[in-house]
Amino acid sequence: MATPAPPTSWRSRLYRLDLKASPYAYIAPFFLCFAAFGLIPLVWTGWLSLHQVDLLTPDVMEWRGLGNYTRLWDSEQFWTALRNTFTIGVLSTVPQLLMALGLAHLLNYRLRARGFFRVAVLAPYATSIAAATLVFVQLYNPDYGMINWALSAVGVERTDWFADTWPSQIAISSIVTWRWTGYNALIYLAAMQAVPKDLYEAASLDGASRWQQFTRITIPSIRPTILFTIIVSTIGATQLFGEPMLFGGGVGVSGGSAHQYQTLSLYLYELGWPSRQLGRASAVAWTMLLILLLVGAVNLLIARRNRAKLGG
Amino acid sequence: MRRSTTRPRRAAALATATVAATALLLTSCSSSGSGSGDAKGGDTNEKITLTVGDFGTFGYQEAGLYTEYMAAHPNITIKAETAQDGQKYWDALTTHLAAGSGLTDIQAVEVGYIAQATSKLGDKFVDLGKTEGITAGAWLPWKSTQATTAKGELIGLGTDIGPMAICYRKDLFQQAGLPTDREAVGQLWAGDWGKFIEQGKAFQAKAPAGTFFTDSASGLFNAVISGESEQYSDSSGKLNVKDSAAVKKAWDLSVAASQAKISAGLRQFQKPWEAAFANAKFATVACPSWMTGIVSKQSGEAGKGKWDIAKAPVAANWGGAFLTVPKAGKHTKAAAALAAWLTAPEQQAKVFTKVGNLPSTSAGLQLPAVQSAKLDYFGDTPTGQIYAAAASSIKPAKIGPDDGTAKTIITDNGILDIEEHGTDPAKAWQTVLKGIADKVNG
Repeated sequence: MATPAPPTSWRSRLYRLDLKASPYAYIAPFFLCFAAFGLIPLVWTGWLSLHQVDLLTPDVMEWRGLGNYTRLWDSEQFWTALRNTFTIGVLSTVPQLLMALGLAHLLNYRLRARGFFRVAVLAPYATSIAAATLVFVQLYNPDYGMINWALSAVGVERTDWFADTWPSQIAISSIVTWRWTGYNALIYLAAMQAVPKDLYEAASLDGASRWQQFTRITIPSIRPTILFTIIVSTIGATQLFGEPMLFGGGVGVSGGSAHQYQTLSLYLYELGWPSRQLGRASAVAWTMLLILLLVGAVNLLIARRNRAKLGG
Repeated sequence: MRRSTTRPRRAAALATATVAATALLLTSCSSSGSGSGDAKGGDTNEKITLTVGDFGTFGYQEAGLYTEYMAAHPNITIKAETAQDGQKYWDALTTHLAAGSGLTDIQAVEVGYIAQATSKLGDKFVDLGKTEGITAGAWLPWKSTQATTAKGELIGLGTDIGPMAICYRKDLFQQAGLPTDREAVGQLWAGDWGKFIEQGKAFQAKAPAGTFFTDSASGLFNAVISGESEQYSDSSGKLNVKDSAAVKKAWDLSVAASQAKISAGLRQFQKPWEAAFANAKFATVACPSWMTGIVSKQSGEAGKGKWDIAKAPVAANWGGAFLTVPKAGKHTKAAAALAAWLTAPEQQAKVFTKVGNLPSTSAGLQLPAVQSAKLDYFGDTPTGQIYAAAASSIKPAKIGPDDGTAKTIITDNGILDIEEHGTDPAKAWQTVLKGIADKVNG
């Protein structure tokens, strides 16, 4: 009866180490990258936001404390940007998700060339923001654009899609909606296909109409997916930058002559680059992060309440 | 069984990836190695590539100067990177300077930003005053002063200056019953921008439908303030928009022009503005010498012979630029030599006759090629004489580091707001002051 040979115990220890440590090694690359390109810049931005820093001389920093944040609170333009971000966000997200739901529902039917339509709805998402925005700028041109021309045919007077607050915000929202509707539709479609078919069969036996099936079965079944798209779209809307920037052409940075469509991201850029105030731009960045965390918390609360209601 | 099939495949993939990555590393190392091998371009025979970054129209390509230089220096290849938007160009340049990467060997800097370059970024540029063959005295004194740091280093070589005149359409002036001869037109508003507005009202009363006297109120703002000896900043370079008499004067005139509806309300250098040239939508545009190139390009063949140039109400300088050599460049010596050659009188004269950028060197202004120049597009108009004469009466102003920011806010968020939305000027002015307070002084 010899005691267990040392090599075996060594091997088993190695084996246990492999079992425990390997997963960490496998996921390490992502977290290392995240630390290098996500966490460090985040912390650094936070540190910058407490200083006065000129873009031209980023190594010279002057302690400001929370001064940059209180100055944001007093800045009219910040509030305008916050309001615009909210209104453009609502104007683009709500119709976008509703249309995506409808579209997904239609694609879920048996129809001819289904594959083609499913690819087609994703095409706008594959277009670059710059290309899409340039086309929309042409369409919305108040003097030569097709949209005003079409509106004039039904008797609507000339709308200045660039200068006026609501028209410009609607125009920008339409670009966002156009790009993302198909993307969300595909996500909904994937969720819808996981809904058991017999639920629908039972419902139709009970005499439920298509609409009733949609509202009573489809929507409740894919609720977690809807919540997910709402969160993702909210994040996207809060960070909206490219569309308004390009839409405004030369005055895109300031979001139009009266800042009528300046979003928080644009305000951040305007402070940080043309105005060279890195510290205050960082304060805007952190404020945006805090707003997103707040929105996320609200979403979580709603999700929890929903789950409780469903008894899950 | 499954193990035995997947393992080798994974190993093969890993091996391929490693090989590819190593190859990539090796090639990138060797290519950067050959570039940084020479000592700042000191060796005259080594093959090097010089890159030039600029914006808008500097005219070097158009005048064939790069080809000429490369023919004379077979070892040098020149590559130009031209940005459309001057503001975006500067935003990118400051970021690159701060990071010390992504820079071209020569970088152009617009006069509105030169004070930022000389004050906060001074140590990022090569002192060209010490470069062989360059004497600061060759340039108009105020031009080289603008590019000199507090330590006395010359970091930028003047490319052109922007003495101002007024470009006007003879056909529209005639239809509105105004004189068309350039002397007579200059007399209409001589000495006073207020008279310019008055003539604008007279024009508008009889103007062809859909046409305006001038292109934009912000263009007028720039024209007026460019003639003042103290502009956005006081003599020490500190921003003083609120109490500046010059800003108030230019603002009031622009507001008057906007309210009298003699301006087409366009934003300069944007697509609709460019289109309006071709559609003959406005009769005048404040016309620094470099603007003549834009007028001829945008108005096209249809406008040829219809434009003429008259004296501005008040002598002024709007625009002009400098060539700098960032220290971070690989071939600073060769770059400085190229910059010096590009801004030498003879080359400046060639650029002027091609695209209208007026020389910034005293000798260049005196060259017969400049003095007797007539831009083809403007017919027999003695453009060289007009602009050289205007250049001699410029009162140079002190430019502060925040002038560019202030100017953008005034024209884009103040005057354009009034033109687009009919905002009350007093309210727009408050918005401007708030905007400037928000973006300047930390």
